Amino acid sequence: MGRYILRRLLIAIPTIIVISFVVYAILALAPTDPLSAFGADPRVPPEVRANIRHQLGLDDPWPVRYVKWVSSLAQGDFGISFMSHSSVMDLIKQRLPNTLAVVGVAYLIGVLLAVPIGMISAVRRYSIFDHVATTFAFVGFSVPTFFTGILLIIIFAIDLRWFPFIYDSTLVIDDVPSFLQQVKQSIMPITVLALFDTATIARYTRAEMLEHLPLDYVRTARSKGLKEQVVVLRHVLRNSLIPVVTLVALGVPAVFGGAIVTEQIFRVPGIGELLVTAIGNGDTPVVTAILLIFAVLVVLFNLVADVLYAVLDPRIKYA
Amino acid sequence: MTKGGVLAATFTRPPRSLWKDAWWQFRRHRLAMIALGTLTFLIVFVLVGPLVYHTPLDTIDFLQSLKGPSADHPLGTDDLGRDLLARIMFGGRISIAVGITAVLLAISLGTTIGALAGFFGRLDNPLMRITDLFLSLPILPLLLVIIYLFRDSLRSAFGPELGIFLMIVGVIGILNWMPVARLVRASFLSLKQKEFVEAARSIGARDRRIIVRHILPNVLSPVLVAATIGVGGAILTESTLSFLGLGFPPDVPTWGRILFDARNYLDIAPHWAIFPGLCIFLTVLSINFIGDGLRDALDPRKTS
Repeated sequence: MGRYILRRLLIAIPTIIVISFVVYAILALAPTDPLSAFGADPRVPPEVRANIRHQLGLDDPWPVRYVKWVSSLAQGDFGISFMSHSSVMDLIKQRLPNTLAVVGVAYLIGVLLAVPIGMISAVRRYSIFDHVATTFAFVGFSVPTFFTGILLIIIFAIDLRWFPFIYDSTLVIDDVPSFLQQVKQSIMPITVLALFDTATIARYTRAEMLEHLPLDYVRTARSKGLKEQVVVLRHVLRNSLIPVVTLVALGVPAVFGGAIVTEQIFRVPGIGELLVTAIGNGDTPVVTAILLIFAVLVVLFNLVADVLYAVLDPRIKYA
Repeated sequence: MTKGGVLAATFTRPPRSLWKDAWWQFRRHRLAMIALGTLTFLIVFVLVGPLVYHTPLDTIDFLQSLKGPSADHPLGTDDLGRDLLARIMFGGRISIAVGITAVLLAISLGTTIGALAGFFGRLDNPLMRITDLFLSLPILPLLLVIIYLFRDSLRSAFGPELGIFLMIVGVIGILNWMPVARLVRASFLSLKQKEFVEAARSIGARDRRIIVRHILPNVLSPVLVAATIGVGGAILTESTLSFLGLGFPPDVPTWGRILFDARNYLDIAPHWAIFPGLCIFLTVLSINFIGDGLRDALDPRKTS
């Protein structure tokens, strides 16, 4: 087992290095100048601009810059933002809690709702519940999150005035009213994301359960006289959940990606919003850092999924 | 009439091809049929609509700005008083064209790579490593960055509309071929061991002919299902990009772009956001249902 994890880790490291190289190369080879924000300002004389370029090391060929970037990354230094002149690490640390509070909670709710829905759907196949749940799941992953978000804003923030439609990140939670305020402003973004996550995972859980229900071991369990509840929960569910767990792990990076849109709709100052703003400002250090974080998340959760699969399913041989 | 003729008339039925069979199965999937109807309606709406409905899409009229649906403007107007129905019809053409073209690109790339990896053992490992690498890329953030960086140079090379169109189709295609490649590879791995491939080889068929004429047709149905669902995904991606302000320029009103422009006026002009959003939603939902119906129809295990 230990060797299997080690081997997967050894594959993951070169993958991350290659991806960081690709990300850096795309940014370096792009025709857009990272200093265009300065370049557009006529008050900056050309000599000063050349000086800034030189100081920032932009005159070096890009493979050299890549090596410099990676070596400072290895020391935990992500560089300094062109726009706000603060350290990229600090910016990300500032934004991450907002993203996690929305995305993390939404994903948790999604998983907690999806598994029972998928299970009941499969056990009562073709019942009214199943029809409603499958249709809901289908609608849930066909409707773009930006459209659900806008609909929620129109209905609940503008018509009914139940929730604020702009997320206030300066809110300090120190008592019950401020906590309620936080809950109120989080409900809409969380609903949007949770709807999508629930739909995807519920559909998958249902399909997995349906694969397992007609198998021989289920008949054996029933013929031993076990209660239906025990058969479903202890035998079928546990086996069906193995691939679901993998899906949940693999979905984590995609969820962060999806948060870019949700954060944009509700103006949540999270990491996705930081990325979109940085792209708009041509703030290369921030963009590269966030892209790299996303890439590391993908590789990391691929690894987690593989390892979980091996731990949960003893039939998988890890050679 | 002879006895033999009567018998033949009684026992022969018109031959049923795979596709006729599939269609017969598909028709029994009620939701997929409704979806097919909806999608046909939407396509006719965006293709034929502008021929019948002559209101120009870019006439600015501030007296009419942000008006809800009326007789003059059936779906209302935007902040510059431009007619939304005309804009939505025009935008739909682009959104759907982007979806189909991007998927054609992704499918051709994926099928080629999957076929090569599955058929030629020595290409398998390197090609699958590349596939895994592409699967590890953070797709949405990368799309945003690439579009931002290369937008201006492509715009000057091909003009504002074609340049952006080519770029969006290109990046969506290049970042979405991996699932198809895996699917095709898996099918090729099992199919190339089959007797019919051996038979083809024994009569002297070359690799190229075996791949294209013998194995590929057997892989077609899962690829078709993946392609159908892929079109929905590509339309979603395009509208997401436009919604983030990084897709088509403001003068090209794709559905996502209209939504992006509308989002600051949700309180006074909700119709502006609701109609294009509904179009995206209905298109993607019908495509997904059709894909689901196709999957059932083309799955030989489910044929009753």
